[in-house]
Amino acid sequence: MTPNEGAGARSDTQWPLWEVFTQEGEGAPHEHAGSVHAVDAEHALQNARDVYARRGKVVSIWVVPSEQIIASAPGDAGPLFDPGNDKPYRHPQFYKVPRGVRVE
Amino acid sequence: MAEFEARLDRGETIEPKDWMPEKYRKQLIRMMSQHAHSEIVGMLPEGNWITRAPSLRRKITLLAKVQDEAGHGLYIYCGTETLGIGREELVDQLLTGKAKYSSIFNYPTLTWADIGVIGWFVDGAAIVNQTMLAKTSYGPYARAMIRICKEENFHKRQGYEICSVLAAGTQAQRDMVQDAVNRWWWPSLMMFGPSDKESPNSAELIRWRVKRESNDTLRQRFVDLTVPQAKAINVSLPDPDLKYNAETEHWDFGAIDWDEFYQVIKGNGPCNRERLAARRSAHDDGALVRDAAAAYARKRSAASAA
Amino acid sequence: MTSDTWVPGKRSDTATSGIASDPQFTYVLRIADDRLVLGHRLSEWCAHAPILEEDIALGNFALDLVGQASAFLKHAGAIEGKGRSEDTLAYFRDAVEFRNCLLVELPRGDFAMTLVRQFLFDAFDILLLEGLAASSDKTLGGIAAKAEKEARYHLRHSAEWVRMLGDGTSESHERAQRALNDLWMYTPELFVADDVERAVVERGIGPDPAELRDRWLVTVQRVVSEATLTLPPDEHAASGGRIGRHTEHLGRMLSDMQSLARAHPGATW
Repeated sequence: MTPNEGAGARSDTQWPLWEVFTQEGEGAPHEHAGSVHAVDAEHALQNARDVYARRGKVVSIWVVPSEQIIASAPGDAGPLFDPGNDKPYRHPQFYKVPRGVRVE
Repeated sequence: MAEFEARLDRGETIEPKDWMPEKYRKQLIRMMSQHAHSEIVGMLPEGNWITRAPSLRRKITLLAKVQDEAGHGLYIYCGTETLGIGREELVDQLLTGKAKYSSIFNYPTLTWADIGVIGWFVDGAAIVNQTMLAKTSYGPYARAMIRICKEENFHKRQGYEICSVLAAGTQAQRDMVQDAVNRWWWPSLMMFGPSDKESPNSAELIRWRVKRESNDTLRQRFVDLTVPQAKAINVSLPDPDLKYNAETEHWDFGAIDWDEFYQVIKGNGPCNRERLAARRSAHDDGALVRDAAAAYARKRSAASAA
Repeated sequence: MTSDTWVPGKRSDTATSGIASDPQFTYVLRIADDRLVLGHRLSEWCAHAPILEEDIALGNFALDLVGQASAFLKHAGAIEGKGRSEDTLAYFRDAVEFRNCLLVELPRGDFAMTLVRQFLFDAFDILLLEGLAASSDKTLGGIAAKAEKEARYHLRHSAEWVRMLGDGTSESHERAQRALNDLWMYTPELFVADDVERAVVERGIGPDPAELRDRWLVTVQRVVSEATLTLPPDEHAASGGRIGRHTEHLGRMLSDMQSLARAHPGATW
């Protein structure tokens, strides 16, 4: 993990992270396409369209702030989910560390 | 660790939430971020000819290609971020010179033919590498590679088509493409990196199925693919030692000057300083824009929370 | 002529070449050149944008505009009937033969300049393209219909940036206002109707640009106000692009754009 003063406490020059789900064709499910950086939902939708829907087969896009996604723990934990382990992946913006504390 | 390696032996894919050795995580961050940086820096030599593209069709396809590259960089940065590092830090590593990117992008594009040759050789070499990486053990990287390979094939074909048109064109155009080939051939072979015995990271990367084949194997594959393509458009390759070996069924080729490679990755290639300067100034000039968007969003969310 | 046969010219000769030609040709050329020049200006941002996502977005728009230009130029060449292809028109005309408005040929400047200019153009463009959908020239209408979908998307993006810059930080606000102030005098040219437009309207080929202005202004006022910016006063209006009287910027831009094609006339690429 990298030292992090908490989302928003210093300027994130690359903007917050959003996950993008695209639907290719009517009736198809939305599938995870990847991520984009954006400042808000409208911006994320536009960026997602520019990055993931350029080739024109996409008919619908969903965007979600990455930190809003709740994920289950990896497979062999069975039905018991560890509530402290509920982010889809480790990303600095999910972890708030007090200023000045090195975490490594 | 034993369980981790057993999973790899079973051919399983490692996903972001799975347990992984710290070294695996660090190696992947290094490899993936280098790859992403290469896509971004690679936009510069090609972007150099967008404004001068000699026909509207070429202008459009070159613009599309460079945009694809930006998109590739973006996918791979996002994949890297799943390993616990933010893109801001990755960008910082590139701009401060801490991170590396592919040596090939430190060469200048001196003529329009360079654009064709880059598509043919550089994208061609990238495809050989990325096809291998599509089976890498880390899920997000493998998925990014599959998405990228689809687009990259189109780039290589375009580049080769540009070269074949030039090679069949006026004397000036034929000279232009031969000159570009002469300048880009050896640096393209160097893209695969030194022989694995020289490469400090290779053994570990292969054990952990991040890399699936050796640098030398990939380089040979690239040569074998490319020589017939050169013959088909009547363009020679600047290596007097290129000879088909009927026994091994491969093309033997001459010795690579690794001194040049090490100089270039150390920062002494023809364009290293310009490439980083360009990226730094885009980043610095762009700060007020990024800050503006962030400020706007903060105001909006404060207003709606009120 | 020789000194024996010397005659003075006509007043109308002060207008640059091409005015006498078919108004439909000139009209389509104006539409095409706007896009070619603006697309080129946008493409100059490649690898220099403030953030990766924006590099991709601007590249997308450049692509759309140059693609539209190509389609419109091809159609213009067909109307002219002298065998000039879209490439011949793009690469082998001098600056005085270009018919784009001045707004699009200005240098890209900083990001605020580019996006404010883009917004002012996009707000006009969707009205123009909408108006062309019902053109008596079916080919023109078809090209415009496809372009309109792209233009809606461009407007959404550029309007959002005008808001983000105007209502972002004080520095971005200042730059956006400066850009708006500098660009304002180039906007009236978008709505001027001369003989070419009058002929075109008469033949049902395209909308009367003067009629587009009110709706354009409504959009512009709304976004400018949302952006906490101030609409500049209407003062001097710069024009001339539509008849080939360009700024010095266009010539320099073309000398870059056309240099390679012109170095190898007749070559195929």
